[in-house]
Amino acid sequence: MSTAPRREPLLRVVSRPEKSPRQVLLLRLESVLLSLAAGGVFILLIGYNPFEIYATILSGAFRSRMAVQATVKYAIPLVIASLGVTLAFRMRFWNIGAEGQIIMGAVFASYFALFHAGWNHWLLIAVMLLAGALGGGLWGLIPALCKVRWNTNETLLTLMLNYIALHIVSYLRDGPWRDMEAAGFSKIARFDKNAALDKVLGVHFGWIIALLLVAAVFVYLGRTKQGYEIAVVGESQETARYAGMNVRRIILRTMALSGAVCGLGGMIQATGADITLTTAVAGGVGFTAIIVAWLAQLNAPMILVVSILFSVLEKGAGVVQSTYGISSNCAAVLQGIILFFILGCEFFVRYTVVPRGKGGCRNAA
Amino acid sequence: MAEQQTPYAIECRELTKTFGSVVANDRVNLSVRRGEILALLGENGSGKTTLMNMLSGIYHPDSGEILVDGRPAVISSPIDAMGLGIGMIHQHFKLVEVFSAMDNIVLGTPERLLPPRQLREKILSICGSFGLEIEPEKPVCEMSVSEKQTVEIVKVLYRGAQILILDEPTAVLTPQETDRLFAILRRMKEQGCAVIIITHKLNEVLSISDRVTILRKGRSIDTVITAETSQKALTELMVGRPVVLEIGRPEPEHPDTILKVVDLTVKKPDGSIALNDISFQIRTGEILGVAGVAGSGQKELCETIAGLTLPEKGAILYHKENLVGKSPAEIIRLGVSMSFVPEDRLGMGLVASMGMVDNMLLKSYRAGGGPFVDRRPARELAETLVEKLSIVTPGVETPVRLLSGGNVQKVLLGREIESEPNLLITAYPVRGLDINSSYTIYDLLNEQKKKGVAVMFIGEDLDVLLELSDRILVLCHGQITGVADARSVTKEHLGLMMTGEFAGKGGEAS
Repeated sequence: MSTAPRREPLLRVVSRPEKSPRQVLLLRLESVLLSLAAGGVFILLIGYNPFEIYATILSGAFRSRMAVQATVKYAIPLVIASLGVTLAFRMRFWNIGAEGQIIMGAVFASYFALFHAGWNHWLLIAVMLLAGALGGGLWGLIPALCKVRWNTNETLLTLMLNYIALHIVSYLRDGPWRDMEAAGFSKIARFDKNAALDKVLGVHFGWIIALLLVAAVFVYLGRTKQGYEIAVVGESQETARYAGMNVRRIILRTMALSGAVCGLGGMIQATGADITLTTAVAGGVGFTAIIVAWLAQLNAPMILVVSILFSVLEKGAGVVQSTYGISSNCAAVLQGIILFFILGCEFFVRYTVVPRGKGGCRNAA
Repeated sequence: MAEQQTPYAIECRELTKTFGSVVANDRVNLSVRRGEILALLGENGSGKTTLMNMLSGIYHPDSGEILVDGRPAVISSPIDAMGLGIGMIHQHFKLVEVFSAMDNIVLGTPERLLPPRQLREKILSICGSFGLEIEPEKPVCEMSVSEKQTVEIVKVLYRGAQILILDEPTAVLTPQETDRLFAILRRMKEQGCAVIIITHKLNEVLSISDRVTILRKGRSIDTVITAETSQKALTELMVGRPVVLEIGRPEPEHPDTILKVVDLTVKKPDGSIALNDISFQIRTGEILGVAGVAGSGQKELCETIAGLTLPEKGAILYHKENLVGKSPAEIIRLGVSMSFVPEDRLGMGLVASMGMVDNMLLKSYRAGGGPFVDRRPARELAETLVEKLSIVTPGVETPVRLLSGGNVQKVLLGREIESEPNLLITAYPVRGLDINSSYTIYDLLNEQKKKGVAVMFIGEDLDVLLELSDRILVLCHGQITGVADARSVTKEHLGLMMTGEFAGKGGEAS
């Protein structure tokens, strides 16, 4: 009995009862409001009127037909990549290689855009779509193969493959695919018009593909036998084996699919938005997709909503930057603040903090 | 009982602890004096372990107070608990396997730097005063379960514990080892220690304790003096209503060998032998009990029959067809059903985050053509089971991890039985169940037996095995030490077979 009894801790974390979906929704709304308030304080501190800035973000994203089109254009690759990683995440396979899978999808598709531009337009588009899916799928399959054969760490492998993919593009740009007509610096030639995606309502038709994919992933995960297998493997591989599932095959299949969807996103970005292949084809979308997927709780329709919100912020911040001359870094800080609150709110969905003396142990020394 | 006015060694007043929406402990009162053994009795899920974890500083109570030697105490960590002289011996040992007994005992104490000779003497003198036997230099990984438990006990005594809490210490012991442990506990009581022992075995409560505190659904229902109570009275306090404690045993009809295991040897993933050259058979319409200390090869036996583990050698003949080398899916199709319930209950048979409906699909989702899952039959099955087995759940879509242990078991066993197996392997199906649910499960198994299903029942409680089984196979260190006729063999005999001291020729009695 050497140590003196200590006082009750100042703050204690207690897990909450399961909350109703309504309460959870309310909590999330609160966190969004709080994040806007905190962001407002930040804007005030750098000397601007928060209401004006927020209004500019909104109007910037929607003020004209062109603005809306630009916002949608931001959202397309984000939606597709988020759906891609969601497939893997549902299986608890930490695919953070969407970036690389997007790039490889774009590379595979670009081959046909550069060297078979003369084909029939729709045949070419179809072949490029397939090539994009194939490129991303193969890139996703590599870490999955290593995982099932040698039990390697998928987080590390998918991450490292991103950089390899990026440097493949650099190599192609500086070497075999270099545009000889561009004097001075090296780049890959702009695609022929025949190899570019057609526009529907002013935006390349990638948005239709994105919407179709939202529906497809939703049905695939919730209604099909393969979707069921993904859920079981994600929960417990032991249970999956016990139920007679071929766990290795499911991991390989799902990762190929996850990569293929991301690759499709890369193909669409290259042939729809950029009309060429650059090292910026993924441009961080593969990482943002991870955040989007989790914010949307791995739910396909929610991914659509969250992606659009992200795009509004992205596009709106661009307008703020040009209108007020605020550095783009400030927009990034604003994004960070909002994310912090929304992710932080998940903690309060599950736990509550009890201060000393409030419903705790009464017998403090 | 002596009516001394000395303060209690430990007194809990109105302790409450909630986890989420579950109230694990609801205003619990408990007290124990020095020189007394208090048994804490309650069904699983009644809050025994939560209460003890609060005393040992692992959890912090939401409200209520703990008094140690009459003074209020705040126990915020196991170190605080140790400082107050409270030592806990957990159900799952917390030892460093590659260290010797001595290294484990002194780990984390300032004396760990003393010369080994001095340490050794100190440890042996503690052992001597309580009648404990250990070899200080022996590595823990080479010890038997009972030896490891002894090391755990010496560990807390070495740190000056005067108040010992043992969480289901007998679950892993043979009857003989249990007797030895109880002798040690009585020695401690004579030396003035306060002992709290958690158990749900009534006969043990009656033989070791001075008083019994009964918990039910998180509340302390009553505290009675052991000498003035009986098994029946305790059961009623524990369950809350009168119960009939009888397991039926219908005679097997037309027994016919359905599964024949021949010279089966299985290795664990680490290369050590899990099952050593075992042979036995299971017949239709009978229940084959499997007894053995935990970790004697039960898990590997189940997994090998189900096709999850490949044996080193040997054959498993099911209707003369060798199951070895077949995939789990093929074995399921043949009508072999395994409901293996590991320690964490949800481990292998169920998907914790899914509702009953999706869990019903686990083995049957492939049925029907096309890429889509048909959830309609699964939903109907789930609803039938809820009704038939009176499963308590807010809805068939509620994640099964939110159900209580008994209901989880019913979901699992119900699904296996509904798949109309020819061979039903069930391991620890009543683990964590209250008495009433346990009897429901026994009835279900007997029903299957009457339908001509061959049942392999891997159990822990020898009394239940003796009452329910037709034959009992005893495993010890991966070997079969005998197959006994359950109608004539005694519990002591089984206990000896479990330790391998008695290679019983119970014979292939039929």
